[in-house]
Amino acid sequence: MSDATGIPLPVIEPKRRSRLANLFIRLVKEKPLGTASGIIILIWTLVAIFADVLTPYPPDEMHLADRLTGPSAQYLLGTDHIGRDFLSRLILGGRLSILIGLSTTALSTVISTLIGGASGFFGGKFDIIVQRVVDAWIVLPGLLILITIMSIVGPGIPQIILILGISGGIGGSRVARGAVIGIKENDYFLAARAIGSPSAATLMRHVLPNIMPVVIIIFSITVGGVILSLASLSFLGFGLPPGSPDWGSLLSGEGRLYMEQAPWLALWPGLALTITVYCLNMFGDAMRDLLDPRLRGSEG
Amino acid sequence: MRAYIIRRLLLIIPTLLILTIIVFLLVRFIPGDAIDMMVAMMVADHLGGGAWEIDREALERMLGLDVPVYVQYGRWMGVLPTLDWVTGESHFKGLLQGSLGTSLFGRWAVEERIISRLPVSLELGVLAIVIGLLIALPVGIYSAIRQDTAADYIGRTAAVMGMATPNFWLALMVMLYPAIWWGWSPPMEWVPFTEDPLGNLGILIIPSLILGTAMAAATMRLTRTMMLEALRQDYIRTAWSKGLNERVVVVRHAIKNALIPVVTLIGMQMPLLIGGSVIMEHIFTLPGIGSLLLNALKLRDYPVVSGVNMFYASLVMVIILLTDLIYPYLDPRVRYS
Repeated sequence: MSDATGIPLPVIEPKRRSRLANLFIRLVKEKPLGTASGIIILIWTLVAIFADVLTPYPPDEMHLADRLTGPSAQYLLGTDHIGRDFLSRLILGGRLSILIGLSTTALSTVISTLIGGASGFFGGKFDIIVQRVVDAWIVLPGLLILITIMSIVGPGIPQIILILGISGGIGGSRVARGAVIGIKENDYFLAARAIGSPSAATLMRHVLPNIMPVVIIIFSITVGGVILSLASLSFLGFGLPPGSPDWGSLLSGEGRLYMEQAPWLALWPGLALTITVYCLNMFGDAMRDLLDPRLRGSEG
Repeated sequence: MRAYIIRRLLLIIPTLLILTIIVFLLVRFIPGDAIDMMVAMMVADHLGGGAWEIDREALERMLGLDVPVYVQYGRWMGVLPTLDWVTGESHFKGLLQGSLGTSLFGRWAVEERIISRLPVSLELGVLAIVIGLLIALPVGIYSAIRQDTAADYIGRTAAVMGMATPNFWLALMVMLYPAIWWGWSPPMEWVPFTEDPLGNLGILIIPSLILGTAMAAATMRLTRTMMLEALRQDYIRTAWSKGLNERVVVVRHAIKNALIPVVTLIGMQMPLLIGGSVIMEHIFTLPGIGSLLLNALKLRDYPVVSGVNMFYASLVMVIILLTDLIYPYLDPRVRYS
């Protein structure tokens, strides 16, 4: 279970088709469930991008005559306590949850790669010091630290992306570090060092290209968890500003007071969240299996 | 072996030191806030309007917020003396002396409050781990020995679903639908175990089931993977070829080896479990350490926030340390390499 053992390198195949095309074909052929999940995520992403066109009503428009009405032809998923169309809010919430989730994960993956990569590449005292900080960070229960920082800086989109991204990035840096240490044991790396190739060149030409599969894996297996963390934070009131329609906030705040009269208010955001995270996890697992099955480790 | 244990123990010291710096600094970014909050509360509580001017500087001095951050850190650690503004004496009172600080509101000791609330959170956590293992181990083992059957697929799908379902949403559903369908809602009035054991379990069973199933998902997947790996080993083939029956092969040979890594997973899941317990304590209004933290955050009671973070982080560290130290004893292969 040690992180220092290093992760074996993915086999580099001879280039006939582009690597991306190859990966795509293998995904469709070998992982039908992963492909289906990928398609659902793609649809969600498109819905998130075109949310303005797709919402039947402006998400903040109040229809006070139709407060808390159930699902109907007029309001497909019913209305909330001030008569806002719930489907419109759910779609807009999807945009917030998914786009914030994706950008947060992108940030955390970059941070993981930078910290882990530098720590593994330079090694020595630098590595020892960085690893002690990472050790300390990892034992801090994530949610506790997140709500602590968020309560200080206040709820908001930039804050949440930055804080969730940094916090997740530090935790995930060990995988990147392991991958870089693995690369350092390869002959091509030793050869590059032996002919006196400068650090920067070695890093750009030999380490970075070979660490890319691991970077993609880190991104795809963490994005689901990030969206869940975001929802938990919003649910506790430490995520997005109150009144935002992201899926976590829809389940908390004022809406909670009316859930017994209108249970659909609680049902749909949670279902949307579960399905999205399920698909992201399935897709992430498929990507990991395709790119580097040896990373499976703890999950089967 | 001895060298390993000593090295592992020595490594805690720098980690713990960095941990105290992180925990301490996290809440000191905006020191003025707590004072503003106190001033607002004092004005609202006692003076009904605010005709009275409050001496901010005196308040800061009383709370020890008037000195530079590194001095505050030194006092918090217990290497610099703290001045008691009631008695006027200064003495060393910090982490090194076993003190986690004093609340800004009410002057109670943080560590005492944590200890008084510990039974609730501990009971919730232990129940969740027990429930998680009771679900995960049988399902994971069965899933592996009947690989690629319908039961295996159902078990695996359930596990992936379990990992994707937000536990706070599950809790909301449990509170909501039984109430609508049968007019039943989970009991919310807290009773200590010592007063009414059954009533106490009745309150905790639902939150611990929700937390337990969330933990079971990851544990089940690991158990299954490790079982599959163990079943592929040579000693299993030997056991089969000796003519042993399936029960003996699975129980005596495979499970024993497969479950060793699962021990470490319990340690690694602790941060997640603690985060989950904060959410459960919030939804089911349980008087545990999580709700203490949420309350303190609302009031910006920084010493309490630092204290709870420090307490839980040290707990996680000790548990991960213990699982690391136990590991070589459980697995002779590690011990001799």
